[in-house]
Amino acid sequence: MIKRSIFKSRGLPYLLILPQILVTVTFFYWPAIKGLLQSFMVTDPFGNRSKFVWFDNFVELLLDPLYLKSVGITLMFSFGTAFVSISLGLIIAAMANRALKFKWTMRTMLIWPYAVAPAISGVLWLFLLHPSFGIVSIFMKKYFQVDWNPVLDGGDAMTMIIMASAWKEISYNFVFFVAGMQAIPKSLIEAAALDGAGPFTRFFRITLPLLSPTLFFLMVMNIIYAFFETFGIIHVITQGGPGGSTNTLVYKIYQDGFVGLNLGSSAAQSVLLMFLIIGITVIQFKYVEKKVQYTG
Amino acid sequence: MVERTPILDFLTYFFLILGVVIVGFPVLYTIIAATLPLEDVSKVPMPFMFGDQFLVNIKAAWEKGNLGTQILNSFIMATGITIGKITVSLLGAFSIVYFDYKFRVIAFISVFCTLMLPVEVRILPTYEMAAVNFLEPVNYLVNLFSNVELELEWNLLDSYTGLILPLIASATCTFLFRQFFLTVPEELCEAAKMDGASPMTFLRKILIPLSKTNIAALVVIEFVYGYNQYLWPLLITTNPKMITAVIGLQNLIPQADDIPEWNIALAAALLVMLPPILVVLFMQRWFIKGLVDAEK
Repeated sequence: MIKRSIFKSRGLPYLLILPQILVTVTFFYWPAIKGLLQSFMVTDPFGNRSKFVWFDNFVELLLDPLYLKSVGITLMFSFGTAFVSISLGLIIAAMANRALKFKWTMRTMLIWPYAVAPAISGVLWLFLLHPSFGIVSIFMKKYFQVDWNPVLDGGDAMTMIIMASAWKEISYNFVFFVAGMQAIPKSLIEAAALDGAGPFTRFFRITLPLLSPTLFFLMVMNIIYAFFETFGIIHVITQGGPGGSTNTLVYKIYQDGFVGLNLGSSAAQSVLLMFLIIGITVIQFKYVEKKVQYTG
Repeated sequence: MVERTPILDFLTYFFLILGVVIVGFPVLYTIIAATLPLEDVSKVPMPFMFGDQFLVNIKAAWEKGNLGTQILNSFIMATGITIGKITVSLLGAFSIVYFDYKFRVIAFISVFCTLMLPVEVRILPTYEMAAVNFLEPVNYLVNLFSNVELELEWNLLDSYTGLILPLIASATCTFLFRQFFLTVPEELCEAAKMDGASPMTFLRKILIPLSKTNIAALVVIEFVYGYNQYLWPLLITTNPKMITAVIGLQNLIPQADDIPEWNIALAAALLVMLPPILVVLFMQRWFIKGLVDAEK
């Protein structure tokens, strides 16, 4: 799209878009192409020689149980994070929307975790859930006789990174749910109340269906957040362990590429991840179209 | 609110306060730990009472972690990314919306293809290029289209440019400005042209003042984004004087064999997470606007 009334100039528009094109080409397209080429090659760890091997890296990956395990872990982790943070955000937003007084005080008290770096959220939760002196593990041992130990138990470690990741994201979901709820016409709620619908019926029959576009959008955003931005949390708390049980796709790319120096495999993993994200984006764009029909 | 029953009101506030407690607890616990002396913080379980060592711990953290330098680095990085992104995308969006030229659509598409692909996906090739010679694409293109043998070299390791520049390559801000410019009335541009204003005068005197709230919103979002970066600064900095605060924090976390100085580590965590939280709280209005706008 373009304006009807535009400026005429020969050189200026190129000059204006140049910085954007330069950074995009240098830091996006060039590395992406290099990565793509690298994914078809095998390079020795010193980077001296490389050989073109067609799709060998990809075939190897898709047959590698460790990679498939990592895909499973990533899906579990991102859906777990999305579920916990979206449901908590939704409950809190529904309550905040009901409360007439203190609405804005509540908002102030709920939005700040968004500004906490994922890695710092990791530090805070590591302290809370530490196996030997974390208050949660002491509590679990004392009252439930559960031996909580994320250093040794993969399931516990997964729970820990999900909690650290979801905690930070509650405020993001909260902001969107509150915005979505305020867009619902009061008359709809009042009409339902006149027809005898109680608060819970109204929530599940009116508010929630009308929030479904927001809900779906937040699903996508939370999953993308869990895929990428949680690198810091995993790096601080578990480093992919124990026994690879929290080795998500992005963490594995880092591990194989920078620690293991397996450049070809790491590049192939990046390419596969890129396709995965493009898939998610396409789904999201379809949803955007739906949303337009929905409201208009 | 349709009906008012004391029980529902009570439940609403009960759940709201529960939500605030869940969200606030990790930080409250951290603040308590940061006020305790070493012998109290290593007690099992840790006493849930404020101690009097807060300033002592903060001072120890500041010196031990070299936080002064690191927080300054984080500030420079976050500010650089914020200013860079906003400038680049403001100019780019202006060029795309207000001019008609040959490569306009190509430029538009090639920038927006990058919308959903974060730096984590192409991390290895981006790092290789930035760490060796990020002018490689420039050399290649010049050599391809002319007879000049260009061999420019510039590596970005351990520099502010390296921390900032690769993270400016993002289309979100450009997309946002484009959407906003399209809603600006056509008459403004016509009137400006009638009065003989040049494109740059129009941008400076009319478009930028109109975009003030959008710019404020993006400043909050991008500052938080830049300050909290983890994977990229972890790779591109090796010199302890150049690392950012979020990365440096990891060196203070006690490992298995260290003295468990969690009080100092957590005091440092509080200091490091404070600046973005303050930005979000003080610019709350713009933050919410930015959050909701940026994800449309």
